[in-house]
Amino acid sequence: MQTPQIDSARIAETSHGLERSEIERREKVFTVSDLAVHYGGMPAIEEVTLDVHRNTVTAFIGPSGCGKSTFIRCFNRMNDLIPAAKVSGTVLYHGADLYGRDVDPVEVRRRIGMVFQKPNPFPKSIYDNVAFGPRVLSMKGSLDERVEGALRHAALWEEVKDRLKDSALGLSGGQQQRLCIARCLAVEPDVILMDEPASALDPISTTRIEDLMHGLKREYTIVIVTHNMQQAARVADMTAFFSVVVAEDGSARRGVLVEYDTTAKIFTTPSDKRTEDYVTGRFG
Amino acid sequence: MADEGTPRSAQLAVAGARSATRDALTASSHQDRVTGAVFFALLLLGLGTALLGLVTILIWSFVEGAPRLDAELITNGPSTLSPETAGFRTAILGSIYVILGVIVLIVPLGVGAAIYLEEYADPERWWNRVIELNIQNLAGVPSIVYGILGLAFIVRGPLDLGFVVAAASLTVALLVLPTVIIASREAIRAVPRSIREGALALGATEWQTTSRQVLPIAVPGILTGVILAVARAIGEAAPLLLVGAVTFATFNPSLFEGGYSTLPVLIYNYASRPQEEFRVLAAAGVIVMLVLLLAMNSFAVWLRNRYEQNW
Repeated sequence: MQTPQIDSARIAETSHGLERSEIERREKVFTVSDLAVHYGGMPAIEEVTLDVHRNTVTAFIGPSGCGKSTFIRCFNRMNDLIPAAKVSGTVLYHGADLYGRDVDPVEVRRRIGMVFQKPNPFPKSIYDNVAFGPRVLSMKGSLDERVEGALRHAALWEEVKDRLKDSALGLSGGQQQRLCIARCLAVEPDVILMDEPASALDPISTTRIEDLMHGLKREYTIVIVTHNMQQAARVADMTAFFSVVVAEDGSARRGVLVEYDTTAKIFTTPSDKRTEDYVTGRFG
Repeated sequence: MADEGTPRSAQLAVAGARSATRDALTASSHQDRVTGAVFFALLLLGLGTALLGLVTILIWSFVEGAPRLDAELITNGPSTLSPETAGFRTAILGSIYVILGVIVLIVPLGVGAAIYLEEYADPERWWNRVIELNIQNLAGVPSIVYGILGLAFIVRGPLDLGFVVAAASLTVALLVLPTVIIASREAIRAVPRSIREGALALGATEWQTTSRQVLPIAVPGILTGVILAVARAIGEAAPLLLVGAVTFATFNPSLFEGGYSTLPVLIYNYASRPQEEFRVLAAAGVIVMLVLLLAMNSFAVWLRNRYEQNW
């Protein structure tokens, strides 16, 4: 992978000045301990322990195949949909075990929203896309207001307010992704998970999504997977670096958490050699 | 086009480069072209053979049946005594009744089975694999076997409906059900996974996801399966002979009472008589059946297109 050297001065400039102590004072939304995911007996990711704090943006970075997408899908139990996937270890959400015996994944997913790598609008009108969540959850209040509010929040309202009845598939890729964010916001989640939300978008749309994240973290907790290190540097308060460990006989590859710290620390003075190699572009 | 101001040498260079590119793009070997032409000819031959059979039947039916293409053909009931005025009224109604019954049965059953197999069944479980294998096999069972099944279990046996339209509908529905299930499964499977994930991630239940997102997208494909099934059902004669499509129903059919007849059965009966007039009548009956089939299929295609436009 060719990655330009990251300018530490610029990181310092763009980071949000949040000290580690300040972040850690905030309420823990997720407490992950010793988490592992196996696909049909093969480990995809192992030994992950970290905390996610309220009103922060937490980024997961790392090379392809390090299991970061698999990991983020543990937070809203999306891995349940893959019969061969098995999750072990614990994920506490505000202190409650997400994988507890009587926890309903449907309830989990309405509190913990998700935006996917490829924009996936429903083949319906713009309005119906945003209204789908509130409708299936039978949310109270005016649907029109809720749709408008979500679209404004996602910085899409001005562009679509005159064509809410048009097909969502007629929007550009960047608009579709913001529509997916609006759709997620309409059900008032607590946390928003974003799995490489800008990887299929052009640079201008990417910037808009990143600006959006800065605003959204005031009300939401955001967890983002990205393969774009500059993006992590621009949006995240905390960054976790994942890497791939290949078994000695070369047969199995599994992802591990290498280092988890404030974004400024990860990009300027990482304590692990692997992190340093990755963020300076020597690894790939 | 080169600009006025461009030097002559530059214009020549551009023209040269252009023609070189063109040559590179058009150069394909003689053999490649021959192979392509032969393959294309084979494809045309296949298409031509299929169309030739269809066109022959159509032309033959029209030429042969032309003298009897009149209003009496559809308004009069069948008669063995006066072939000049005999018609197909009761058989047309019988066919329509049977087909409507089939549609009412196969749509919920077929789509329901397809939803279960695609969205809920765990393919790892042996019983689901057995069900799947059996559906594939059932689609290939000869229709006469379904006729015997219908006679033993629906007309007589546990259901004991007697020789009525409802028994015929049930029998033919069983016959075409595998086709509908297989086509519906294909249509449901073609809905992108990302749509399901998007709905589930918003806190929709599995049923809400299936009924509000997956099924509406799959409707055109499901309708295609239903069209194919109905087209097959309307032409079936063999199983109906066993479940009581009596040949000379001179009265209009009803769902649970009395005898009935259907178009293919009556055509078969007319065609097997020695008199020339009955042959003409049979040919005219073929046209009536084709028109009925075309009308039903057109309606289904119209319905499908309507759904496609509404995404």
